[in-house]
Amino acid sequence: MSEQIKVTIDNITVAVAPGTTILQAARQIGGEVTPPAMCYYSKLEGSGGKCRTCLVEVSKGSEKDPRPMPKLVASCRTPVSDGMEVKNITSPKVLDARAGIVEMLLINHPLDCPVCDQAGECHLQDLSYEHGASSTRYEFDRRTFEKEDIGPYIQLHMNRCILCYRCVYTADQLTGKREHGVLDRGDHAAISTCIGKALDNDFIGNVIDVCPVGALTDKTFRFKNRVWFTKPVDAHRDCPTCSGKTRLWMRGDEVYRVTARKDKWGEVEEWICNTCRFDKKQASDWKIEGPSKIDRHSVIAQGHYEGVLKPQNFLPEVIGRNPKLLMNIHDVSGVNKNDIELSKLNGPAHSSDFDKK
Amino acid sequence: MKQFSAEQLNQVQAIIARYPEGKQKSALIPLLHLAQETFGGWLDTETMDYIAALLTIKPIEVYEVASFYSMFHMKPVGKHVFEVCQTGPCMLNGSDEIIAYIKEKLGIEAGQTTADGLFTLKPVECLGACGYAPMMQLGKHYKEFLTKEKVDQIIEELRTASKH
Amino acid sequence: MSKKILLEHAHIEGIRFYETYRKNGGYRSVEKALKMSPDDIVEEVKKSGLRGRGGAGFPTGMKWSFLAKPEGVPRHLVCNADESEPGTFKDRYLMEFLPHLLIEGLIVSSFALGSNATYIYIRGEYAWIPDILEQAIAEAKANGWLGKNILGTGFDCEIYVQRGAGAYICGEETALIESLEGKRGNPRIKPPFPAIQGLWMRPTVVNNVETLAAVVPIINMGGDEYAKIGVGKSTGTKLLSVCGNVNKPGVYEIDMTISVEEFIYSDAYCGGIPNRKKLKACIPGGSSVPILPANLLLKTAKGENRMMNYESLADGGFATGSMMGSGGFIVLDETQCIVRHTMSLARFYNHESCGQCSPCREGTGWMYKILKNIEYGHGKMSDIDLLWDVQRKIEGNTICPLGDAAAWPVAAAIRHFRDEFEWHINNPVEAQTRNYGLAHYADPIHVPTV
Repeated sequence: MSEQIKVTIDNITVAVAPGTTILQAARQIGGEVTPPAMCYYSKLEGSGGKCRTCLVEVSKGSEKDPRPMPKLVASCRTPVSDGMEVKNITSPKVLDARAGIVEMLLINHPLDCPVCDQAGECHLQDLSYEHGASSTRYEFDRRTFEKEDIGPYIQLHMNRCILCYRCVYTADQLTGKREHGVLDRGDHAAISTCIGKALDNDFIGNVIDVCPVGALTDKTFRFKNRVWFTKPVDAHRDCPTCSGKTRLWMRGDEVYRVTARKDKWGEVEEWICNTCRFDKKQASDWKIEGPSKIDRHSVIAQGHYEGVLKPQNFLPEVIGRNPKLLMNIHDVSGVNKNDIELSKLNGPAHSSDFDKK
Repeated sequence: MKQFSAEQLNQVQAIIARYPEGKQKSALIPLLHLAQETFGGWLDTETMDYIAALLTIKPIEVYEVASFYSMFHMKPVGKHVFEVCQTGPCMLNGSDEIIAYIKEKLGIEAGQTTADGLFTLKPVECLGACGYAPMMQLGKHYKEFLTKEKVDQIIEELRTASKH
Repeated sequence: MSKKILLEHAHIEGIRFYETYRKNGGYRSVEKALKMSPDDIVEEVKKSGLRGRGGAGFPTGMKWSFLAKPEGVPRHLVCNADESEPGTFKDRYLMEFLPHLLIEGLIVSSFALGSNATYIYIRGEYAWIPDILEQAIAEAKANGWLGKNILGTGFDCEIYVQRGAGAYICGEETALIESLEGKRGNPRIKPPFPAIQGLWMRPTVVNNVETLAAVVPIINMGGDEYAKIGVGKSTGTKLLSVCGNVNKPGVYEIDMTISVEEFIYSDAYCGGIPNRKKLKACIPGGSSVPILPANLLLKTAKGENRMMNYESLADGGFATGSMMGSGGFIVLDETQCIVRHTMSLARFYNHESCGQCSPCREGTGWMYKILKNIEYGHGKMSDIDLLWDVQRKIEGNTICPLGDAAAWPVAAAIRHFRDEFEWHINNPVEAQTRNYGLAHYADPIHVPTV
């Protein structure tokens, strides 16, 4: 591991290869010190820098030039230097700016989560939950766009779009024959084909998976179910076009939806073709491998049953000590005694279980 | 089908020759200007597809660019477009009154075209003639230090010219 | 005082054409420069202390020295003639009346930077100017100043004029490069900077028209001599374009040693305010820079006379100062309404945002809507603080400086004219029929004793 350089993010030091971005270095650490990313996508060249949610403070430029950077920088597009010190959750400036960005992303968002198929796996929901406010200060009509039909497979809801450009890069880099793009400019910029064309490339369905919000959803799954009621399982088939490695979203024996498998940052592991995604909706089309590992802390994990990974607790490392407890619940409550493992009890717990000692 | 004349096609080749080989996409904006002047003052899909074919780029690349720049019209416009500046410095010198006067005189709102297809009113943002305010762009040129009388005169001249 | 270097020959009839221009000493700098080494030219420009005249004021020589020179990769010089900052029309004047001065500066600069293909990117609305420039280029070429093997030095150079099509954002250098490549004018995310990867991913320098024209006198008189003009780090002369409520709007050349008061009231410059009205406020450097009330414009917070140069205009930071910016000097008299004017600027930035990054795309529209409410009598007192907070969340958080440019005018208007905003909100009906007037904005400034 020669030529590794060191960068410190929120007091945690990590060694990375030169050329690594701050965001990628933070992902190596994981947990809360990793800035959120709404537009950056490691598998799409040129992506990132636009949404500004991953802004961080560089409090020390490098060992050679320790001057801090004057402005907050987009961690997804800023390469690290040796000895760089970065503040993410330890910088009040960053948290303030991030709250501002979330507010900006939401002022014109329709907030139609109750009827949105993305709800439950929406990165904007997660982001608002973590960094947003509980009410809006925006008192004007929200921006709306005319509906555009882009074919039988993909539903475009421009009102929900945050203009991350991911779908544009996807079409460029996967299909080589892009037919949709960003039209107009400023706050009227919109994803569109301009001529109401149906997108029909074999791999265009991947735009659904890369979309961080509900702007591009699967028409074959539209209004069929809520994602948290379905169970994700990993499956594969022999596909002549793609790897055939997918994730099925099932309820009982019924396959409601097919997507690519995503890693813990919500990024697609391997792109899949339209046939796998839209046409193979029978359990018998697939060889099921087993339950998917879900470790995003989204609502999907809540309805899940197995393999949910507990998030690591970085707090002691970030603040350099164990957090002080205002009160230890065990001191005042007879319930939840440290020495009783509730899961080991036979049947429901009773008060008598806590009285034993 | 829309087609540039032979002379225009030579001009197109001369424009493309300004850029290194393989960078012909750089000619897109100049070609869109030429197309808009040639094919009725606005860019329809057919025109944009034609430009895409000339430059061997994807049609969506043309749509994206054409819709970004405010000088390209994506919808039909009148024969003469009054692009009146309404930004700060012009506003200080009475551009609001000029716009209101044109609206009243022509009986149209901003963005509309007169029934005879002669005039479109389009309030625009700063055109870089702040010292000569209020002003508007009319075709290739600027009309500066506008007054109501000057507006009357411009409209009259254009109306007369269109009759011949 | 008035010192004419760039505009020295502007009044001469026919100076737009080659013969007259040459007769008046034109193209001497090319003869001189092409005998020098490119590095020596860069050195002269460094010595001159010339700062970018587009608005940011970055030292030109330093910018040039950042240009990467990898073996076998062509480099480009691009002239930024996308002058779109409200209040600014000085480059238009230069190009319209002295096209050969720009071409001359471009040849010298291209030689210094090793650019064999140089592009002038001019805003699309200046539709008649490319013809003027192209004619000048043709004349220069016919006389051996452009083309192959210029003056027998083996240096080849072509200059091309490219028209934009209506987008303020293309004045930002990376957006300009994107546009020149035939794309949407979306600014690039930096790094990499254009000096490393610019036009077609080749090393590129982008300079303003006035900056490149100033290279001509720098070469002719030498960097050291040029640096003697002006004061401190504000060397040379600066073109100012004046508009708004003045008797003599237009383009002026100054040597940055005169006071703001003299500039506004002297007959040699703006000639005072029409109808003997009083000065209320002024934006001294193009619409993006902070607006100042009359008292803070004429005197700094320390009570000193404010001068027309980079340092003095910025004295006091944004709290009590402003910026030289692009030299777009916008004067507001006592009858003008700050709320309405700020609203108009907010609409401009909303219209011109490229829409790429979220704070600018969403925030500029939000600010415009709030300001519209206040202007038309639907404002609430809490809107002022909200507006302040929105601009604060845009500033510094965007990809390119358009976010800052949109935030600063709003911030400065609230900072200095808050009582006018409050009056608008408290008197929604009256505010529709009359303006707040001069109020106390021209009162003597209170100098805090420290």
